[in-house]
Amino acid sequence: MSRRNPFVTAAAVAVYAFLYIPLIVVAIFSFNDSRLNAEWVGFTLKWYRQLLENDAMLQAATNSLIIATCAAIVAGVLGTLAGVALHRFRQKWLTALVLGPVAMPDILIGVSLLLTFMLMNISLGMMSIILAHVTFCIGFVAMAVQSRMAGMDDTLLEAARDLGASPWQSFRLITLPLLMPGIVAGMMMAFTLSIDDFVVTFFTAGVGSSTLPLEIYSMVKIAVTPEVNAISTLLMLLTLVLITVLSRFSPQTLRS
Amino acid sequence: MSRFQEKGARFLLTLPPAAYLLLFFLLPGLMMLLASFRFPGDYGGLAPWYYLEEGSLTFDLTLENWARLFESTLYLQLLLKSLLFALLTTAVCALLAYPLALTIAASPKRHRELLILLVILPFWSNFLVRIYAWMIIFSPQGALTEGLNQITALLGLEPVNLMFSSVAVITCLVYVHLPFMVLPLYANLEKHDPALLDAAQDLGASRAQRFWKVTWPLSLPGLYAGAVLVFIPTLGIFAIPDLLGGTNGIMIGNVIKQQFVESRDWPFGSVLSLVLTGITLLLVVIAGRLGRTPGALT
Repeated sequence: MSRRNPFVTAAAVAVYAFLYIPLIVVAIFSFNDSRLNAEWVGFTLKWYRQLLENDAMLQAATNSLIIATCAAIVAGVLGTLAGVALHRFRQKWLTALVLGPVAMPDILIGVSLLLTFMLMNISLGMMSIILAHVTFCIGFVAMAVQSRMAGMDDTLLEAARDLGASPWQSFRLITLPLLMPGIVAGMMMAFTLSIDDFVVTFFTAGVGSSTLPLEIYSMVKIAVTPEVNAISTLLMLLTLVLITVLSRFSPQTLRS
Repeated sequence: MSRFQEKGARFLLTLPPAAYLLLFFLLPGLMMLLASFRFPGDYGGLAPWYYLEEGSLTFDLTLENWARLFESTLYLQLLLKSLLFALLTTAVCALLAYPLALTIAASPKRHRELLILLVILPFWSNFLVRIYAWMIIFSPQGALTEGLNQITALLGLEPVNLMFSSVAVITCLVYVHLPFMVLPLYANLEKHDPALLDAAQDLGASRAQRFWKVTWPLSLPGLYAGAVLVFIPTLGIFAIPDLLGGTNGIMIGNVIKQQFVESRDWPFGSVLSLVLTGITLLLVVIAGRLGRTPGALT
């Protein structure tokens, strides 16, 4: 399509503005020397300083990092196995099981796990949050690994077999290294999804296991304060860094 | 590989993820189904669903929770309203995504990657941050509300307050879900053969005709895929109505959350969740059908 319509292009520019203006507003007001997010008074870093003195927020940030790391590792292992299995055996039931949590609205995963954890006597805390996050992260790792498998040259495996490699050897020495970019991309996606998750965490967190999104939610519920702008801006920066690294590894994973 | 080894590999690869998801995805679904027929516990949670008395087993299950759904029109109205909100969100998303996807598909190949990344980037910032941004924009002291009220004052109308309104909820729903519409639509538009438009032009088709007779019908599969990706998560959302909707803007997700967290009536919460699950599954099946329409370009 070579002909471009100026009205369509103008509309596209307007939609880009719609996507970015809200986030830019948040970032700008994080440096504003006023309690109200309404007009510009002067530049300050005091909201960031206040954030550093907020123990609850720091604890929540630590919790979020621990949870996201654990969830990414467990989902990385299970998702890689699932991705290879999906590519090799193409079982319909496994596809439904792995992609189900990706397709379902978050709230359903959250409440059904809350119910299950209570009935299984699993107390709500960091552990239950990690278990819940792994559930929806497996699918994303599996998709990243599967798309990597699909682009793999099968003759390499045949060559390895001809040269006398056992199935385990050919998996460890050929399949796994070739899959690595997909696995890393999937795990980073899992990490990002876990650290950003609000809904599933909301239902599966207990006392003393607050995460950053939960902390932001309880602050926002009470009042709109520039401290929230500051933590939001920091989170945006973190995501930007993660995305830049992720796009180096596997640009196609971002789109899936 | 011998047949034995092949079986072993299949078992080792499939078992761990399958077992995990059976335990933490399928089982919770079944537990919820059972819970929808159980009585609520005295202090929230669930009452026992069977009793062993003098060696005989009695089940304590009920249809009451399901009956409650139809007792008043309250919940059906709420469901209808949520479907309407999701439909509106999907329509607005399609309206905004179309020119964007067209522009990206028409731009030089080397720019497309970056333009698409720019669509996805805001989506990766935290969900609550994106809602919070709209809380600032719609706040009564904000520039938008003040500007609007200067216009309404000139026209002699009542001042408006956008915060805690359906407009605020739908704007934010659109904002959060827009990338889900842009991506499949772009993936579709990008594959259109430019020769088709050239042929249409050679045959004397106007710009509008070229769009409605060539581009539009070919883009429908992409539009359907985007619609499903926007509609399903929108339907289950609770944080956006919670923070931006006030009492008028609540959706089915808010009531589910309320049943599980505040009133702790898990059986009825399960009923509402299962209704939402049913609608989701139905939509996934319909989407699967549409995706397989003969002649569809995917």
